[in-house]
This record gives sequence, C-alpha cells and structure tokens, in this order.
Amino acid sequence: MKPAAFDYKAPETLPEALSLLASAGESAMPLAGGQSLVPLLSTRRCRPATVIDLNRLPGLDGVSISRDTVHVGAMTRLRTLERHVGLRQALPVLPQAAALVGQPQIRHRATLGGSLCHADPTAELPALAVALEAGLRLRSREAERTEAAARFFTGPHATARQPGELLTEIEFRLLPGFRFWFEEVTQRGEAGFAVVGLCLGIALHGPVVTGARLAAAGVAPWPLRLSAAEARLTGRRIYDDLTDVAEAAVADTDPVADLHGDVRYRQALLRVLIHRAASHAANMRSPV
Amino acid sequence: MTITDITITVNGAVRQAPAEARTVLSDYLRHTVGLTGTHVGCEQGMCGSCTVLLDGAPVRSCLLLAVQADGHEIETVEGLADGAQLSPLQQAMLEEHGLQCGFCTPGVLMSLTHAQREGLTEQEATSLLGGHLCRCTGYGGIRAAIARLWRDREVTE
Repeated sequence: MKPAAFDYKAPETLPEALSLLASAGESAMPLAGGQSLVPLLSTRRCRPATVIDLNRLPGLDGVSISRDTVHVGAMTRLRTLERHVGLRQALPVLPQAAALVGQPQIRHRATLGGSLCHADPTAELPALAVALEAGLRLRSREAERTEAAARFFTGPHATARQPGELLTEIEFRLLPGFRFWFEEVTQRGEAGFAVVGLCLGIALHGPVVTGARLAAAGVAPWPLRLSAAEARLTGRRIYDDLTDVAEAAVADTDPVADLHGDVRYRQALLRVLIHRAASHAANMRSPV
Repeated sequence: MTITDITITVNGAVRQAPAEARTVLSDYLRHTVGLTGTHVGCEQGMCGSCTVLLDGAPVRSCLLLAVQADGHEIETVEGLADGAQLSPLQQAMLEEHGLQCGFCTPGVLMSLTHAQREGLTEQEATSLLGGHLCRCTGYGGIRAAIARLWRDREVTE
C-alpha cells in the first residue's frame, strides 16, 4: 500500500521544528529514521496531516562522553552507536544493544530517539533506557524538561511525550563498577525483532553481587524494570543457582500474547535470558 | 498535499523531477526516474529487495520518502555493470547460481557492493544477507559468490 497524502515540512533549525510542531499539534508526526514510521504510513495505520522531517536539523545527532555521563543526540543513527569507539569503552552495552536492532540496512537510518519514541514493547533500546535509568530531554516551543525513562513509556507505542514536544537528547549516567549485558531471542535469525529481550547489569565484589539492574522487553505492554529480581540478585554469589531470581522476575511480568509467543513461552524465555545474561556479565572483563 | 521539485544524483547522473511528499524513494526510482531494477517487495523494510545505496550506505528505498533524498546521492543496481560488462560481484553471482527468479537480487547486490567497498570481512558480508529474503536459492549460491569474491580478494592482496 501507499501512504495517504500529507504535508511535508523539513525544518532546518530546532526552533523552526518546535514551532511547526506547536502549531500543527496532534495532527503532526515527527519523522526521525522512518524505519518504523514509514511502514505505518504505507499501511495507513498512521495518517498524519503533516510529517515533520527531523533529518535536516543540525545538532541533534552525536555522542558526547564525559567522566560520569554519556549524552546521545536523539537523531544519532544506530549504525553510529554500534561502531562508536568511545562508547565501546564508556558504555559498551549501548553499541551491543544497538547492533541487535533490525539489520544493518535498517540501522543506517534508524535513530535512538526514534526507537524510544516509537516505544515498541519488544524493542531493545527502550528496555536498555529503563535499565540504565536514562534521562530523556524533551523540548517544546515554550519549555524543556527531562523525563526518567521509567516514566516515559506508558503503554504499547505510547509515551509521555506531548504532541508539541520533541525528544532531543538522551542522557545516561554511568554506574561505576557495573557491567551490563543485553541478551535476546528474536523472531528471525541473529537480528531482527525480539520476542523477549533483557538488559542486565551487575556490580560485583569478588563473586558477590553488590548491585543489580534488570529491565526486559516483550514481557509487558512497556519495557519492564524487574525490581524484585534485582533485590533477590543483590547480595548473592553470581555463580549460585539463580532460579529464584528468574521466578521473581517472571512474577512481575504481564506478557501480551501474540503469534510470536504466548504468555508462558515469553516467561520461559525470560528465565533463560536471565541465566544467559548473568553468565555473560559475570564473565565480562571487570570495569575500570 | 506537497509536491516539490527534487534533485537526486542517481548512479552519477543528476535527475531533477517533481515528487509528491508521500511517494517513497523506491516508487520514485521506478516510476519517475524510470529505473525499474530496484524491486519492491514488502514495502515495510523486511524483505530487502528495494535496498539501494544512499550516500554509499545500504538503506531500504521503501522506507525513505523521495523528498528526503533531495540533494543526496543514490546508487541502484543499474549502476553496477559497465555496459555489458558485469561487475565482479554480479559475475560471481551468475557463476555461483546466486539467483534464480532474481527478485531479491538487486537488493542483495547493493548490500554486498557496500560490503566490498567498505572492506568488510567475509563473515560481516554474509551477515548482511540477514537483511534480504531469498526464497529460491536457500542462500547457498549467494554465499558461494561471497566466498569466491572474498577469496579472490585475499589472493590479489
């Protein structure tokens, strides 16, 4: 199918984009990488009156790394994140998870901000943002605010972004001593849509877990922080039997069944992913 | 409805023609520019048959509005051969039976052309096939073509 007609605007400054967005209101749709939006336009599941293309805006892409934070512009392409040498040192789970999204041909266009705003409940990067407690910088014509990732995702393809707002930047505060790993089972091959994904971080003192962060994709209508599993994991030896950690995680889930997995299958995958991710994280080179 | 005149360099030639905002690049290349080598399969980015190079990088032309390509450089399968002289990649695909019906082939060729230019490893090139659905070959012939090319490259280097 072909998209329905729409007005197309390609602003060249951020104030211009915000002003267009403010005047168009809910009938406008910002276009980032387009890898999820254009199929929605083509199938006419999404019929905006105006499409505001963000691809000609300067200054919305790029990665800046300081001692304790990483800032990523919302329009940064996933292929850039995946190959970023500095990120591989500072926040290796971000390139790792970015490389799991779609295929390289998709990642040349797809953006971090686009993936977060599309808020697919099975997507990798929203789960990563929740696990890392990312801050999402939202700007409108009048105001600017930062929303915590945990409060940003409100339902399947629904976020706290208001119609006049643009996601401009994502802030990750680095967690000293933590090592993060992303593990998933996909619908098709080595990459592509995840059925269930898990972002797991642990801090270790010897074999003892002194801190844990877990968030999963595909087991709830939004990326789900697994707080009960975090509490169970903390204070444990990482090589011990983690069955109860996995069960605590599963108890928090509210999976949506679809043709790629029913409720019990998704819960079974989560158990497996917790064991796999914990094992990977435990064997990672200890952080500096 | 927005109609604008856009200028795209397609396979080295500057093309200027009007585009409706809702026209995706794959349709623009086929219907407006008249280059039907770029195939349209699923129109949602899954099958990979419409893959072209945008400023050298492989992208889905069905997921890009034609107006977004304004001022950019596009390469399609028509740009690969030099007259009747196939590119080494096309020749390897032919000799290794890397195609049967040929529907996915233009996209596969563009992804692998990028892999060759970027100096990707044989394994990285093969992993690009994850972005292309081929129902005829079972990928055996395509992988054989990749193996041949990358082996030849090692010999020349």
